[in-house]
Amino acid sequence: MKKVIMGNHALSYGAMLSRAQVISAYPITPQTQVVELLSEMCADGSLAAEFIKVESEHSAMASCIGASVAGARAFTATSSQGLALMHEMLHWAAGGRHPIVMGNVNRSMAPGWSIWADQNDSLSQRDTGWMQFYCASNQEVVDTVIQAFKVSERLMIPAMVILDAFALSHTYEVVDVPDQALVDKFLPPFKPAIKLTPADPRAFGGLTGSEHYMELRYKLQKDMEKAPALIEETGREYEKLFGRRLELVDAYLCDDAEFLFVTSGTAGYTARVAVDELRKSGVKAGNLRIKVFRPFPFAEIRGILKKVKKAAVVDRNCSYGAGGIFYQEVKSGLYGIAGMPPVLGYIAGLGGRDITVDSFKEVAAHAMARDHADEEIVWIGVKK
Amino acid sequence: MRPKKAKKIVFASADEMPIMIASVGDQTHNLTGAWRNIRPEIRREDCIQCGICWKFCPEPSIDIVDEWPVVDYDYCKGCGICAEECPAKCIVMVEERK
Amino acid sequence: MIEIRFHGRGGQGTVVASKILADAIAKEGNWVQAYPEFGVERRGSPVVAFIRIDDKQIFDKSRIYTPDHVVVVDPTLVEAVDVTVGLKPGGTIIINSDRGPDHFPFEGRFKVRTIDATAIAVKHKLGSMAAPIVNTAIVGAVIKILGLTRLDSLTQAIRDGISIKPDDNVKAAEEAFEQA
Repeated sequence: MKKVIMGNHALSYGAMLSRAQVISAYPITPQTQVVELLSEMCADGSLAAEFIKVESEHSAMASCIGASVAGARAFTATSSQGLALMHEMLHWAAGGRHPIVMGNVNRSMAPGWSIWADQNDSLSQRDTGWMQFYCASNQEVVDTVIQAFKVSERLMIPAMVILDAFALSHTYEVVDVPDQALVDKFLPPFKPAIKLTPADPRAFGGLTGSEHYMELRYKLQKDMEKAPALIEETGREYEKLFGRRLELVDAYLCDDAEFLFVTSGTAGYTARVAVDELRKSGVKAGNLRIKVFRPFPFAEIRGILKKVKKAAVVDRNCSYGAGGIFYQEVKSGLYGIAGMPPVLGYIAGLGGRDITVDSFKEVAAHAMARDHADEEIVWIGVKK
Repeated sequence: MRPKKAKKIVFASADEMPIMIASVGDQTHNLTGAWRNIRPEIRREDCIQCGICWKFCPEPSIDIVDEWPVVDYDYCKGCGICAEECPAKCIVMVEERK
Repeated sequence: MIEIRFHGRGGQGTVVASKILADAIAKEGNWVQAYPEFGVERRGSPVVAFIRIDDKQIFDKSRIYTPDHVVVVDPTLVEAVDVTVGLKPGGTIIINSDRGPDHFPFEGRFKVRTIDATAIAVKHKLGSMAAPIVNTAIVGAVIKILGLTRLDSLTQAIRDGISIKPDDNVKAAEEAFEQA
């Protein structure tokens, strides 16, 4: 059924349709409506889930971990400082192999105190062992939550579904809300092989000596390596039922492109408009939007980049002292492989500064005028 | 009384800015009185000069001038807390005509 | 693509107005994107909401800088803020006011239309006398003046999206549609 809903509610609908059994979350701008709608759904019975009220995000994630280890499908959502406060528990969720799905609304880290979009909150959690899916539309948000549960539970690795503050979280868009019966067909109930139950008593998360820790982490990495193929496979299953799918990357007009934007999040949709306009003016442009950041889709990126003459990575984030984070990752994926194009790195849109079609045209003009950037980071739209 | 219609500070360049957000402006440019739908009016004949309204105003938009409370309508948002808290009930909220 | 900017004050239902309009547009199969100004709105403070309409999927996720039309939900804003910023020449400004279009100084540069949405809202007891909720009335006028949707799409959107006094809100929208 088509509905006009905000990105935050797209997260709520995703959790509801996935029949999440435990929801524990703490409200934070700009995520608040996710929790509001889910608590309403729990209160009016449209979602048969236990809603656990907590005093902090750290406790929200701890509750989800407890629920997940007991065999319940758990969902939460947060943003920015709230995600940072969860940090310890994020390691616990992934290391403990608890397939929780969490919505994160990308909001800049304070200070300066900000409620507006950039990606440093979620990217700061890069190494916690969570999968990370970046969305560009409310449709993608609801579809991704449902598919994330399936991938997550098959791999026993938690997943973060990420959307930009305001540009998605508070923006109303037309969303084809999937049919519950079809979602039930796609996503079976969560039945973990090992769970906390009196019928089969176990102790979870005990002291792990050096004779075992490394193997646990090796298995986490090995399962992460299975994720790209599983994400694609799950996406195809979903596509059969709903006509849309989760992909590792969204390649727009990349086949014959000479110049490529590499983007993520909502900027990855605005970039398409810039590509269309550049093509009208005779530039063979394309846009490679990275939808899955963890696991990083090295193979797909190599396959597409080797065909182009130049690529410009536009980051809405910065690893201070290094540069744009997607830029670092893309470059590392190309290192040592013959025939790869020059890749330039741009930073735009920190703290909610708008990334417009003109921003991308500025990137294109800069990138096409040189083979290599004079500096590691080229700033777009900064008042120098 | 505070300065009125102070300008919002927007730096033209990174060079002009300090490295941290510290004393880089205030909110006096933001004349929040325009948000008001109802306005507090203080009837001096009933006022006992207790200062409760001054203490409770969250904005704070009540000044004490010559020992009398005076509403600063440039900033008063019309929340009505002063009228609610006034022990002498000398503050009435009246509709703004726009 | 049509881009519209709404000017209102927090608490008047400006954001809800854009959402209801988006709903009505989607009911007729078009693509739509509606969002509030990316800020911290407070009751009474000037707020802005935006809406993009197209017959194909909308990929531009940036803010609207050069709207085709402007809707002024609160007439006091005409003096408080520049409602014409970025407005395309010849664009329409729809103002909630009991005065005629020639009262406003934009004639010539832009088309001005007025609708007394406040009187309609007060008549149907929407909100209070001091703070009438004019969103459904203003949207009723907007869809007619700009030819955006049929009236029945809007009334259905109001019934789907507004739980408080849906009948009175529908009547307000219908009356504004008639008057506009």
